Amino acid sequence: MPNEGLPILAYTLRRLVILLLSLLIAAMVLFVLLRLLPGDPANALLGVGATPEQIAAARAQLGSDQPLASQFLHYLDTLVRFDLGTSFVSRASVLGEIGNRMAVTIPLTLLGFLLALVIAIPLGVVAAVKSQTWYGWLISVVSQLGIAIPVFWLGILLVTVFAINLRLLPSGGFPLRGWDNPGEAAVGMVLPVLTVALVIAASLLRYVRAATLDVIDSDYIRTARALGSGFTEALVKHGIRNGSVPIISVLGIELASTFLGAVVVERVFTLPGLGSMLLLAIQQRDYPNLQGVLIVSTLLVLLIGFAADLLQRLVDPRLRERARGAA
Amino acid sequence: MSAIELTEDTGRSRPSLTLWVGVVLVGLHVFIALLTVVWTPYDPLGMTGGRLEAPSWAHWAGTDRLGRDFFTQIMLGSQIALVVGAGAVAIGGAIGVSLGILAAFASRWLDDALAATLDILIAFPTLLIAMLVVAASDEASLFTAILAIGLALSAIVARLTRILAKRVLLLDYITAARTSGTSWPGIVVTHVLPNIWPTLAVNFALQFGLAAIAEASLSYLGLGAPPPNASWGHLLQEAQGTVYTAPIGAFAPGLALVILVVGINLLADGLRDFADPTRSARR
Repeated sequence: MPNEGLPILAYTLRRLVILLLSLLIAAMVLFVLLRLLPGDPANALLGVGATPEQIAAARAQLGSDQPLASQFLHYLDTLVRFDLGTSFVSRASVLGEIGNRMAVTIPLTLLGFLLALVIAIPLGVVAAVKSQTWYGWLISVVSQLGIAIPVFWLGILLVTVFAINLRLLPSGGFPLRGWDNPGEAAVGMVLPVLTVALVIAASLLRYVRAATLDVIDSDYIRTARALGSGFTEALVKHGIRNGSVPIISVLGIELASTFLGAVVVERVFTLPGLGSMLLLAIQQRDYPNLQGVLIVSTLLVLLIGFAADLLQRLVDPRLRERARGAA
Repeated sequence: MSAIELTEDTGRSRPSLTLWVGVVLVGLHVFIALLTVVWTPYDPLGMTGGRLEAPSWAHWAGTDRLGRDFFTQIMLGSQIALVVGAGAVAIGGAIGVSLGILAAFASRWLDDALAATLDILIAFPTLLIAMLVVAASDEASLFTAILAIGLALSAIVARLTRILAKRVLLLDYITAARTSGTSWPGIVVTHVLPNIWPTLAVNFALQFGLAAIAEASLSYLGLGAPPPNASWGHLLQEAQGTVYTAPIGAFAPGLALVILVVGINLLADGLRDFADPTRSARR
């Protein structure tokens, strides 16, 4: 194999090719799906009562009178130049609007994810190490319940408790001027972040617990203990790196679900993020906005997967070997 | 004290109880769903009391903002959750198993292409794919919800089927069957499906729970079955507006959904121990 010397670099390059191919496939799927949408974009653009001449002119302007193949090439061309067009409804630049809304969705996703990690990792390890105690059992039961709770319902429950009964936090909304008023914006983010974090933590906790149980059961921990290490010492010295490998692979998927959880939670708390943009675009048949949100979300999800795969290879040299053997 | 023995202990003692609780919780919903086909406490669409009444003996979960009995609505929600769950799993299972088997038997090139596509689809949460399918259909209906969630689940099923089928195909007796001239559809029916069926069944149960949550989420976002379908997600969405005056509305439908999903998950865990007794129940 030519990549003997630099396996990680070769892997990165191959994974990069897969990333680009995935983007292309995703772009194709989105193209087909959006062309399948019933109703003519020209109609959506002009609204009711447009004359046939106006519709023909709009089609020519949108390019939807062209053959599908040339539409697709044009579409790829605009994507490569990061030109996502302008909204049918507000006539604003789609990319600009996405940028504005990212200011809500990205902090919500990242803070929610970080908080989920802070909750799930220690509790998952405790649930595994103390699986025979009542509190280890309780943690597992609560996380079982947690994965059965839809994120929007948890949001409603938290609003009921913290906004309506205790009157501690606002039930929703976000300052119109966004982060210009950081205090008010941050207060508006507390419940949404908590909602996202708790749901993701419940699902993450199960992975952490399972990985920790695998580590506890493993031969190397038994060997380390036989050689005189204490249980905690063996777990910390050998367990963390080994146990983190399967966790990292789910982190990518969990981060992507956090992102989607954020999309739904935005609706619960009426936050002006990407999620509300997506829903509005679906309702208004605002094709450019719809397409823009979907493409940017796809790109983010694929980049997250790419980063998770690379990180996993860096942490576990055995995977690099295996990947080479399989290729 | 060694943790190894203890996990084995719990693995042996828990499954029967897990399965039993799961059967009771899911059975409760199936019973209610069947019951509502022939009987409901009140006319689901009729004004049967004042608006937003608190729970009472006459109205166990109070009334909604149109004065309809809320408990009746929640009972009807069982029907929708089960119908969407079953429909989505049927669609997702049919497409997913076919694609997965196809990939397992296909040429290297087609298999790689299918595997890569599935990996991309799996990176997207079920709900986002379902939202896309709903967006691509004329208007939201019960059927679009089923189709959307079914399509979203099919990628997960396909990937699992492909992996399971490939593992079976490596076994010696498959080689024997091949050399003795059994056609590949014959191998699928006589060897592959019976081998992978138990694991798939457990997975279908889990997908059922996912589908129920996805249905509620779609309805909550206004992309599910339109009223008068009493989806729990829709009930919660309406109740959120009246949560100050009638907090029960924001609570009860969610509880019904969680009972169903927890029941299904427990049922799946219990089934897994039947399907594979060597696997401990700790996950």
